[in-house]
Amino acid sequence: MPVLTKKERMQIPRQPMPEQAPLERNKNFLEVNLGFTEELARMEAQRCLQCPKPVCVEGCPVGVQIRDFIKLVGEGDFLGAAAIIKEDNALPAVCGRVCPQEEQCEARCVMSAKHDAVAIGRLERFVSDYEREKIGIRTPQVKPKTGKKVAIVGSGPAGLSCAGDLIQLGHDVTVFEALHEIGGVLIYGIPEFRLPKNIVKAEVDALKTLGVEFQTNAVIGLTDTIDELFENGYHAVFIAVGAGLPYFMNIPGENFNGVYSANEFLTRVNLMKAYKFPEYDTPVFDCKNKNVAIFGGGNTAMDAVRTAKRLGAKNAYIMYRRSEKEMPARLEEVHHAKQEGVEFVFLTNPLEFLGDENGWLRGVKVQKMELGEPDASGRRRPVPIPNSEYRTDLDMAVVAIGNGSNPIIQKTTPDISYNKWGNILVDEATMKTSKQGVFAGGDIVSGGATVILAMGAGRTAAKAINNYLTNSEAR
Amino acid sequence: MNKIITAEFLATDIKRFVIEAPKIAAKRKAGQFVIVRTDQTGERIPLTIADSNIEQGTITIIVQGIGKTTKAINQLNTGDFFLDVVGPLGKPSHIENFGTAISIGGGVGAAIAFPTAVALKEAGNHTIVINGARTKDLVLLETELKEVADEVYITTDDGSYGYHGFVTQKLQELIESGTKIDFVLSIGPIPMMRAVANTTKPYGIKTVVSLNPVMVDGTGMCGGCRATVDNKTVFVCVDGPEFDAHLVDFNLLTKRNRTYNQSEKAALEKHLCNYDKVFSDALVEELVNQ
Repeated sequence: MPVLTKKERMQIPRQPMPEQAPLERNKNFLEVNLGFTEELARMEAQRCLQCPKPVCVEGCPVGVQIRDFIKLVGEGDFLGAAAIIKEDNALPAVCGRVCPQEEQCEARCVMSAKHDAVAIGRLERFVSDYEREKIGIRTPQVKPKTGKKVAIVGSGPAGLSCAGDLIQLGHDVTVFEALHEIGGVLIYGIPEFRLPKNIVKAEVDALKTLGVEFQTNAVIGLTDTIDELFENGYHAVFIAVGAGLPYFMNIPGENFNGVYSANEFLTRVNLMKAYKFPEYDTPVFDCKNKNVAIFGGGNTAMDAVRTAKRLGAKNAYIMYRRSEKEMPARLEEVHHAKQEGVEFVFLTNPLEFLGDENGWLRGVKVQKMELGEPDASGRRRPVPIPNSEYRTDLDMAVVAIGNGSNPIIQKTTPDISYNKWGNILVDEATMKTSKQGVFAGGDIVSGGATVILAMGAGRTAAKAINNYLTNSEAR
Repeated sequence: MNKIITAEFLATDIKRFVIEAPKIAAKRKAGQFVIVRTDQTGERIPLTIADSNIEQGTITIIVQGIGKTTKAINQLNTGDFFLDVVGPLGKPSHIENFGTAISIGGGVGAAIAFPTAVALKEAGNHTIVINGARTKDLVLLETELKEVADEVYITTDDGSYGYHGFVTQKLQELIESGTKIDFVLSIGPIPMMRAVANTTKPYGIKTVVSLNPVMVDGTGMCGGCRATVDNKTVFVCVDGPEFDAHLVDFNLLTKRNRTYNQSEKAALEKHLCNYDKVFSDALVEELVNQ
């Protein structure tokens, strides 16, 4: 390719992501986004201005050397680009798919001032897929063994990124997972059509190749306590159990059959593969030709509603108490949901679920809202409109309003400091908790957030754990 | 993978497995449960831990083949493996020396109540066991229970063995005969647990039931097992499984446990066809509604 001037680069439009047609994909669980071709990737990479001071990197919680990898993509050295990403990111094919790049690296991209940002996420996805498909995921050199052992509690994004860094530094790492599959929310939460499970598995397998050990079916707090991990020879512990306690709305009728937490609905479909019932044994509510509503406006709500649509729902609604502008979901997810036929009902708040005598959900009583003054979150507070109640027929409802912290560790390890919501308190620079040798990160510290923020916390903790172990403060 | 050390039928469709699980064996207390999975396509099935042996590193579970997955579990034999066993989950039973304690088990619950009867006896209680079955062939663990408890009463619905009637009739007789009862634990089908609760309530006898809702993860993550106790929503997997019987909303529990009846019937029919066996529609219906 010819060397382009800055002006020529700026004239190239942002390359679109090839995707399955909306009305086809809303009937299958195959991935929606198909990924860049080599040509699209190289064209997109040409748009990068190769800034002397790449501010995009500051927007990345794990500090991927974005400018440098994009340069190699432009030159057609895709494997070289993949290697650069992996210096900082243990799960690039995952992040290329689920990171909110538009709020992070791409938001900082200087191109976004006058044009569209460089599609950093799409390029990250392309090069990591390219490597995996062409030659298999390569693993970096591991430093000589230090003889120190680290226990990581939880195999979601925070745990996996921490494991990836610590194993490369020469420590022995064991990751404990309560469920029967590795990956945490990447497996049970995010649907196949957004993040194929074989991609998670491939990136987990790469960590296994590096020497990370995984123990499934281990509920730390019950199977072993944190103290017992130390007794069993671990020198440090990283708690990354996520925010595993679904909030309900505490309105009447919430226990009718057909009302799910997003966690349950998605776990049945994703982890237990209920979308393949009865080939797989675990059932989920049969959505075919039914009316389904998801309450909430985040990415989880979008995952749930698009899943319901794929399971055959006749009408699949998002009911959200604020307006479209306040929805926390990624724009891409909202856009995809709309294309797939999801109906958005904004400024609508549920008051009561209505059921029949056999305990099955039949409808919901809702109330219209209007936006008032901004609240603590900075978003305008929804205020009820008097006498605006009405009923909508529903067969299934999914409550997707977030998660609290799971109490299992707190109950058995009271000597860690928690806030009143059960989140673990840490020193944010090091992720150190109040208990010696114990670090924590991800949603159990921050409350429900994103995959990449959890991975960033995992990296920060890995650095601090490495310092802790090498400065021999460890017992 | 957890190896099956012994597997034996206690009665038709009720099988006892002793499986290798040293960590769980060392940790578990009466009242706690495990979740098991047999193969990659299988459901996660919660099962009360019926016994354990720390020296041998084993736990005992008792499985009633009702749905597709539990029937598949009951095809496993000595030397086979469970793909996954996780636990011990849930809170242990609250055991103390109440004075006189009655452990009431119905159906497969009779076997599940066994460890609690042992724990109650060890805590110093005068321990009475009432063990109910539909018919003589389904009476479970009579010998074992007699070795442990101070008094054992077997009831059968059809009168083919022991006391002719329901466990609650025997319980009512004991109460009316002036037996001083300080504590009742009941494990079994929901109608039985509800009936026990209704029997003891007028007398103010402290009564605990072990609930068996639909579960997925068993760690509080999904909320599928929610029940109403004392007008509040609880997650049975982490807040229970044992609750004050007089505060449980049994109606709700019954309805919620029917959520997947239709799906399970479909799965079971398919499964039975796969096994190339001849089952009448009526039998399938009965199995599903058990």
